Amino acid sequence: MARSRDPDKRPRKGLSRRAFLSRGAGLAIAAPIVTGTGLPAPQGAAADVKILGPGKVPVTLRVNGKTHSLNVEPRVTLLEALRTHLDYTGAKKVCDRATCGACTVIMGGKEVYACSILAVEAQGKDILTVEGLSASGKLHPIQEAFIEHDATQCGFCTPGFVVACKALLDRNPNPTVADIEKGLGGNLCRCGTYVGIRQAVLSAAKTMKGGRTDA
Amino acid sequence: MPDYKWPDATRRALMGKRHSRIDGPDKVSGKAKYTQDRKLPDMLYGRIVRCPYAHAKVVSVDTSAAEKMPGVRAVTVIQGPGKEIHWAGDEIVAIAATDENIARDAARSVKVVYEQLPHFVREEDLSEAGSQIKDPEEKTEGDPDKGFKEADVVSEGVYGLPVITHCTFESHGSLNAWEGDDKLLAYISTQAVSDVGSGYAQPLKIPAANVHILQDHIGGGFGSKFSTDRWDVEAAVLAKKAGKPVRMVLDRDEELKVAGARPSTFARVKVAAKKDGTILAWDSTSWGTGGLTGAGAPPLPYCWRIPYRLKHYAVATNIGPSRAWRAPNHPQACCITMGALEDLAATLKMDPLDLFLKNIEMTAPRANLYKEELLKAAEMIEWKKKWHPRGDTTPGHIKKGLGLSIHTWGGRGHVSENRVTIHADGSVSCELASQDLGTGTRTVIAIVAAETLGLPISAITVKIGDNRYPRSGASGGSTTVGGVSASTRRATVDARDLLFQKVAPALNADAAKLEAVGGRIQVQGDPTKSMTWKQACARLGATPIVATGKCIGGRDELTNQGVGGAQMVEVAVDTETGIVKIEKFVAVQDVGYLISLKTAESQMYGAIIMGISYSLFEEKIMDPTTGRMVNPNMEFYKLAGIGDIGRIQVHMVMNKEQDERGVIGLGEPPVVSPGAAIGNAIANAIGIRVPNLPFTPDRVLAALEKRGGLS
Ligand code: FES
Ligand code: FES
Repeated sequence: MARSRDPDKRPRKGLSRRAFLSRGAGLAIAAPIVTGTGLPAPQGAAADVKILGPGKVPVTLRVNGKTHSLNVEPRVTLLEALRTHLDYTGAKKVCDRATCGACTVIMGGKEVYACSILAVEAQGKDILTVEGLSASGKLHPIQEAFIEHDATQCGFCTPGFVVACKALLDRNPNPTVADIEKGLGGNLCRCGTYVGIRQAVLSAAKTMKGGRTDA
Repeated sequence: MPDYKWPDATRRALMGKRHSRIDGPDKVSGKAKYTQDRKLPDMLYGRIVRCPYAHAKVVSVDTSAAEKMPGVRAVTVIQGPGKEIHWAGDEIVAIAATDENIARDAARSVKVVYEQLPHFVREEDLSEAGSQIKDPEEKTEGDPDKGFKEADVVSEGVYGLPVITHCTFESHGSLNAWEGDDKLLAYISTQAVSDVGSGYAQPLKIPAANVHILQDHIGGGFGSKFSTDRWDVEAAVLAKKAGKPVRMVLDRDEELKVAGARPSTFARVKVAAKKDGTILAWDSTSWGTGGLTGAGAPPLPYCWRIPYRLKHYAVATNIGPSRAWRAPNHPQACCITMGALEDLAATLKMDPLDLFLKNIEMTAPRANLYKEELLKAAEMIEWKKKWHPRGDTTPGHIKKGLGLSIHTWGGRGHVSENRVTIHADGSVSCELASQDLGTGTRTVIAIVAAETLGLPISAITVKIGDNRYPRSGASGGSTTVGGVSASTRRATVDARDLLFQKVAPALNADAAKLEAVGGRIQVQGDPTKSMTWKQACARLGATPIVATGKCIGGRDELTNQGVGGAQMVEVAVDTETGIVKIEKFVAVQDVGYLISLKTAESQMYGAIIMGISYSLFEEKIMDPTTGRMVNPNMEFYKLAGIGDIGRIQVHMVMNKEQDERGVIGLGEPPVVSPGAAIGNAIANAIGIRVPNLPFTPDRVLAALEKRGGLS
């Protein structure tokens, strides 16, 4: 059955790297970027693991189809890179540790918590932020449904929810209420817009099947 | 005399109907800018070093390492040697650096030596509070002794609500930039655009008129963002020192520790009644804390005029200060009162709905309204069909129960002034230094203006969030909708009448006989004598119409106060795990003259969900040993998620009688009852009262154990 989605197969949102980061110093990552920090490799690191930082390193991000080159410390998260070093302020910082979903973006086709992914890790992957959903100037059916069903109040959680809904509907174009509750369980809202969000996702699903184009 | 009166149902095209909020497109697309999204050239990032102890004296502060760090531009000591600190998280040092991470590194390098002092952070058990207890407030009304003497039954119970936080999604913060020596520009996340500037002016010793406040959008306030905070003022000080703008935004842990908390209240209650359910008397001892000042007495008994004797103790604690939290004191008072009455009903073996209805005269002056609302809610949740005496006896470990509650709130309109401009090109703008907390303030203003001018909502440009616009009050006490709708109504009626005067000669009519409907100006009831809005405005030439309208606050006749409201809930409790699930939640609410139905319903849903959240999950948990909050994060300071809310149905009471009352605010009333209704439903389901919120599995299991084991 098309609608039975195995929750275990659901792409997991990024795990917190905070403990790892807080040790300061260099960062090991299996990526083809090398900087000469002269720091010893962490114990047990594989031979091809390279050390980045602690100084700034060049980072290239592809956001909403546009390539951006930055120079940031390896400890800079994807969220900070988007919000501070670029000008994508749609994704919001609320918990900054993978609990609330306000920072949700789609990376390589999966929704992730941008606060808990490092910018250096996000290289080479397509990143879609809320701004990218209406880049053409026309709102995405999900966004229209959010307005219609008043699935936003203060709006601070809204970009994260909109993006999470996009990922949910990409995976499951025909979700039940239970699917929605599970699929959006990684996003929180303080103002209590969940009733509107449930309705908005159901109605967006309908519209999108009705032949409207996807972003 | 211009006719400002609200049009009745037969004479309105927009008000009272469902319209999408006008800032929806900005919010769903990520375009809406919040304080945290603001940047200025060369902006620095602020950071606060906070005291880790709940009670301590500062011995020494060494900021030399921070000052030497590359990228650090300014450092100030906020509380230096000799200062006594009364809660963990209080501000000690402020730092500004070119990068957020550098500011963090610098903050970590500051060395502060403290002398630790004894602290007290847990007030739940009054017998442990000792000298932290302040003198009790005592109050008696009527003759409670007589009631207790004449009683057939006296029901006793304990009830409590711990300290919770605001946890606004946008944490507190500001971006502060000096323009010259004595002018400050501040983007600040605030519920009080018009008034917050004075919080900078005094400590910075500059004229209040020199503080320019800007805020387009705010990511939640709930009562925690009325004034500047010390970190805002310190950010301005750093900005001056460094000669660069400074943005200071709290991290989540700071937000939860110091930027907003609702005082706790615990109570021991006795209620006396006759066998037939006639309520006779109330006696309660309550206590609570909101930090050093303790907590004010809750309005007990809530909604019911029962002869009473009250004693309330404020308990001083080192948990940090409290702030107004959506409907201050009401959720606490409601939960205690409705809980005690539900327990009384159980003692009497009576349906609590019958108990409420039997004594409904005690809810005067709103008795009829409450009765109507209770009956409507009962119908929505099928109370009579589903209710059972306390303790669900159906086999299995899932026990269902029903609970109810009523509440009240003030409302009225705050002082507000709106400047409306009608331009020759037909465009219309409203300017007022208000703010939209997500409640739909912008949308309400646009609807009222559009209705009055006979235009579509999209024709109105609403400009708020700048203290250079005419003053509008702070968004608190559910007074915003009253204030801005009344000022908008008056401003637009005046502007419209001026336009009528301009075009009357061309229509060969008396200006007093004109009306603005459907995008036209026409002779009342005669569409043949008309012109389009654009044609009419074109006659203005180079001079636009500018009119200001006010809400005077207090007894402004376009607004009113004093709503009721009834809520009922069905819960399912798993007696093996202690997990409470909301099955169905219904709410009936009167709100006077309703302007924007869709955003009003959203306020209802949102308040109920927030209520479910504080009922089931939220608690600022303090560790008695370290004096610190142990859950200053969102993994352990839990909020309700989309799967936790069950089915919610709201019903707004809309009729002629409500229309005639005038506009009344809605932000607060519906958040009052959920704790009470849910607590009562759990007691009804499992057969015993779970005394304290939040109704977490451990508390539910403990109550079951006390009842005599799991069934
Ligand atoms: S900010 Fe990333 S999950 Fe909360
Ligand atoms: S709309 Fe305010 S946090 Fe969700």
